[in-house]
Amino acid sequence: MEPTATAQGTRRPAWLVGVAPLVVLAVAIGLFVLLDAPGLDRIGAPQEELAVERTVLKPDEIQLHVRNDGADPVQVRQVIVNDAFAAFSQSDDEIRRLGGSEIDVDYPWIEGENYEVLLLTATGATIDHTIEAAVETPDADLGFYGLMALIGIYVGVIPVGIGMLWLPWIRGVDRRWIGFLLAFTVGLLGFLGVEALLEGTEIAGTGAESFGGAALVWLGAAGAFLALAGVDAWLRARRGTADGEGRGLAAAGYRAAFLVALGIGLHNLGEGLAIGSAYAVGSLALGATLVVGFALHNTTEGLAIVAPVAQERQASLRRLALLGLLAGAPAVLGAWIGASAYNPSLAALMFGIGAGAIAQVVVQIAPAIRDGAGRLLHPLAVGGLLTGLVVMYVTGLMVSL
Amino acid sequence: MKFGQGKLSRRRLLGSAAAASAALPVLHELVPHRNLHGVDAAAAEHAHGMAAGGVAHTGAMGSVDPRTNGFDPQEILRDFDEGRMVGGVREWELVAEEKEIEVAPGVKYVAWAYNGRVPAPTLRAREGERLRVRFTNGSKHPHTIHFHGIHTAPADGVAGIGAGNIAPGKSFTYEFDATPFGLHLYHCHTMPLAEHIAKGLYGAFIIDPKKGRPPADELVMVMNGFDTNFDRSNEIYAVNTVAFDYLHRPVQVKRGELVRIYLVNALEFDLVNSFHVHANFFDYYPTGTKLEPRDFTDTVIQGQGERGILELRFPHPGKYMFHAHVSEFAELGWMGFFQVEE
Repeated sequence: MEPTATAQGTRRPAWLVGVAPLVVLAVAIGLFVLLDAPGLDRIGAPQEELAVERTVLKPDEIQLHVRNDGADPVQVRQVIVNDAFAAFSQSDDEIRRLGGSEIDVDYPWIEGENYEVLLLTATGATIDHTIEAAVETPDADLGFYGLMALIGIYVGVIPVGIGMLWLPWIRGVDRRWIGFLLAFTVGLLGFLGVEALLEGTEIAGTGAESFGGAALVWLGAAGAFLALAGVDAWLRARRGTADGEGRGLAAAGYRAAFLVALGIGLHNLGEGLAIGSAYAVGSLALGATLVVGFALHNTTEGLAIVAPVAQERQASLRRLALLGLLAGAPAVLGAWIGASAYNPSLAALMFGIGAGAIAQVVVQIAPAIRDGAGRLLHPLAVGGLLTGLVVMYVTGLMVSL
Repeated sequence: MKFGQGKLSRRRLLGSAAAASAALPVLHELVPHRNLHGVDAAAAEHAHGMAAGGVAHTGAMGSVDPRTNGFDPQEILRDFDEGRMVGGVREWELVAEEKEIEVAPGVKYVAWAYNGRVPAPTLRAREGERLRVRFTNGSKHPHTIHFHGIHTAPADGVAGIGAGNIAPGKSFTYEFDATPFGLHLYHCHTMPLAEHIAKGLYGAFIIDPKKGRPPADELVMVMNGFDTNFDRSNEIYAVNTVAFDYLHRPVQVKRGELVRIYLVNALEFDLVNSFHVHANFFDYYPTGTKLEPRDFTDTVIQGQGERGILELRFPHPGKYMFHAHVSEFAELGWMGFFQVEE
């Protein structure tokens, strides 16, 4: 009874004491804003920055989706297209910090030509946006989603599925070569991870910097890495208690395969996003080369998924199919998002998530590469890593967005 | 800071100016109307453009209320400042100041102006008169007035000669004879030169021949431009400052009457400017220093600082376009109409 008496004696619950500084902070901020920042005067001209997040081209119309990326509100007052004033309407007369606006410009643009759009603000500042090789933005109708799904299946689902057909072969090979194959997997995953980081950073540069820019890529990576580590720990705990020693060991392979598939799936989401957005702006040369390139590039991902289950005795076809879908299908989702609701900041975050997931997968697989002596970088492992990198590089040459 | 006396921040001033203005477009913008007419907004704007300009997709959005700037391109057209005669000498007073003006609908520009006007007052004298221009620098930067004409070195308004640069708050009186007759200009000649001119310190300077010119409906057109983002190229072009003003409010002239246009090129950053009139031809007197026309044409090109006098009659009633035949300038504001009435 004594502890209770003490608590009642203070009469203040612990949470209230913890919240008090927050209340004081809120009051202070409120007063500061109400008094219009006493003692602080702005010097210099307003910092007007707009990021064009998305460009949509319709017949005789150029649609810009912009976001205020600067410290001050922006008022777009005139629009100049290729050195001529153009009629326009906008959804927001004044764009507040981080706020967005849609600017619809009447302009008889011609397919294949370049356009320079200048947004002239109330203070005379200009925001410059270049449209290269104008092409009509596809309507987001059923046929369009079907096409994006087809592309996603071509570059994601089918290649991964084909890659998984290596499973019987892997089972037959010498045990020592499993280490080589796993190292090969790590090599190609490492390639994909670095590629995702670079691409994400590049895309982040085109979006609104105030959302974090390239930091979004690293935040996404760290978040995905930690989240997958959590999933893995949870899976281990569950299997560990539910199953016996033998089955637990057997399940370890599938657990690794699941994580690999999840990591590759998150990566393919980003890849689909890039393909979809490139298609939407007409810069995607849809054709055999692209599809074949992606097929070769992504077939190796299928191999990466089945490598960890090489030593499993039973192979559930249903389970393998689900793993394949988990890795490949996000490309379809990514293509949909990329082509219809593209946003550079979101894309950067997604690429980061893909990279972080891959890093976690590498951490999971790496121990299995060790040879009998416990060495990680034994000759076969190094050979596998290098082969993985080279294969990804060479097949990557065929895919250029 | 130029708004220092008023203790207003630049942004607040922009805000209050917009609020104080009774301009319909501004009111239209202040009221959250998107929800009211929704998707029809674009169509309405388009129709408005058709009604005002008569040309689809031509011109800027909205219009500039002359009250915002304190001067009206319509009035500048026929506003000749003959000063006042004091003891047989023609005198003017010019004050340089900084002034925020609206150069295209909704687009503000901090100009430097003589007597609060861009272009500056059109000074008009007669050949042979003695002229006295008292200049006061009411701005934060040193300025001069440099007149084109024939005069002594101290009256030339150039740094390092005579009074040289006139410091802020100081005054100086330029005195010289009105010669030769013709169409000249005056402008600030302080370094950096392009900046001091481009910001608005220029105006037309007419010296009439002793016997005068035939009676006519006389118009002043100073071709200018504005580098609103300070990249040493112009974003906006115009005649008498406000982009597309004469497109929305055509210049009214009478059929058959002699129209005399005093055309001055005050444009900076671009090497040439030009004037083209539709459905008509004009006599052209380069610099206005001879009484016989050099050309009978419909298009004339002027380099920086060049000027000339145009004389024409409109034989048919109707609406006739005039614009720079540098098409880029035309579509960035230097475009207008003559409305010819019986």
